[in-house]
Amino acid sequence: MDQRIGIRNTKSVLFKGLIIFFAFVITIPLIIVLLYIIKQGITQVNWHFLTHVPAPPGEKGGGIANALMGSLIMVVMASIVAVPIGMLAGIYLSENPRTKLAYYSGLCVDILQGVPSIVVGIVMYFWLVKPFGGFSAIAGSVALAIMMLPIIIRSTEQTLKLLPDSLKEAALSLGVPYHRVILKVLVPCGFAGILSGITLSIARIIGETAPLLFTALGNNYFSTNITGQMESLPHVIFTYATSPYDDWHDLAWGASFILLLFVLTLNIVTKLLTRKWKIQL
Amino acid sequence: MENTIVKAENYNSYFGDNHVVKDVNISINKNEVIAVMGPSGCGKTTFLRGINRMHELIPGATSKGKILLDGENVYDMNAIYVRYKIGMVFQRPNPFPNLSIYENVVAGYMLNGLKVSKADKDVIVERSLTSAALWKEVKDSLHKKGTFLSGGQQQRLCIARAIAMQPELILFDEPTSALDPISTSSVEALFHELKANYTLIIVTHNMQQAARVSDRTAFFYMGELVEFDDTKQMFTNPHDQRTQNYITGRFS
Repeated sequence: MDQRIGIRNTKSVLFKGLIIFFAFVITIPLIIVLLYIIKQGITQVNWHFLTHVPAPPGEKGGGIANALMGSLIMVVMASIVAVPIGMLAGIYLSENPRTKLAYYSGLCVDILQGVPSIVVGIVMYFWLVKPFGGFSAIAGSVALAIMMLPIIIRSTEQTLKLLPDSLKEAALSLGVPYHRVILKVLVPCGFAGILSGITLSIARIIGETAPLLFTALGNNYFSTNITGQMESLPHVIFTYATSPYDDWHDLAWGASFILLLFVLTLNIVTKLLTRKWKIQL
Repeated sequence: MENTIVKAENYNSYFGDNHVVKDVNISINKNEVIAVMGPSGCGKTTFLRGINRMHELIPGATSKGKILLDGENVYDMNAIYVRYKIGMVFQRPNPFPNLSIYENVVAGYMLNGLKVSKADKDVIVERSLTSAALWKEVKDSLHKKGTFLSGGQQQRLCIARAIAMQPELILFDEPTSALDPISTSSVEALFHELKANYTLIIVTHNMQQAARVSDRTAFFYMGELVEFDDTKQMFTNPHDQRTQNYITGRFS
């Protein structure tokens, strides 16, 4: 018996060691990628880089001002569309979980989440680009909004589902009408969770390239015209990186670094905000 | 008759096909404390929630018959207005976790979008918290979140929130069942004081509590209102055998 206990203990220790080892191993690729991009990119980033548009081939310098502005415009427009729609749909799903409509629209949300972004891009190309005669930032924003929706819907739904019914009853018993119960009690109480869903969805779409290839395409010049082509961060990386010029490759690293910085900041800000605004139930 | 505030006439409640409250007729006077007691699942809470039309919010729940509030059938009124007029305190304290103590008290005004001046709000908050015997304890921390209070304080905050709306009638759904004995006695003590200005209907599991706090007691069993009488009478000399059995602890 003593011996068997010894074997058992050894197995436990081995198992523990194994899970610790792999928990550590999975951080390595991330760290390597991060370090590499930072190393390659940080030297490119300076004021000139952030405030100038790409230079013509053969000329020195050039930056990503057009891409920064384009990404900003398209993400903001996509959010304006996706946040209210996503929140309202999420509210419906959490409020009426047992209805047929909730079942099927929940199913659609899951499927939508799994649709490859390039497919969303193609569909938008045939719906919004071809009929209207050209690539546009509007089409790009719609494609991005569609990518954002499932994340916002599910996070709103999950957050609101976690709130106790007693909270709703408290408001209803005061004679508060249903829409105010939702908007003034449930949504504020779940604000941290809903907000983190929104910021995560932004972090997700800000790096999407495929849907933009078919919609906003790109633009070598600074443009705020939403009915025309528009540059974006992921697209500028794509064009710089696939070009034959070495100094353009360096610019691609710089843009990658900026994009990475955005995504990291969004993730960290989300974590901090949820902690700060978390409501003690 | 003029003294009657709530009157149920052949009131029935259902959850789907399940007949939970059966043909209840009861008449409750102003400034009375009514205890509603009975074993679990006897329909007492469902009856209470029928009065301010909270019952119908549960999917599949329906009701028949009349409940008259000041002579007017609540089922002919707008449900939101009914709930606005009648206060309710729940089993578990449920202050709004996103609001401060101060905001919780005036939540009924705030959430309904009623414009109340800051000065009026101050008056309402002080008066309501004083009535709920909580003012002294929280007057220096009005702008802290309500959820930082103890369970008993939270429940009194919920009572203050109900009082703030100046209802004539306040419904209590087992208000002390989630509280420790000390908090329970603080809430019970409050019932005696509230009686002067409000009518209270208190659903309780606890027979001793019914005996301690109420003027009259209603005994529900299997969805029927078995007996409704002066509390003293009920606990010393009940008319119905079932009441007798319940009170003497032959079932619970």
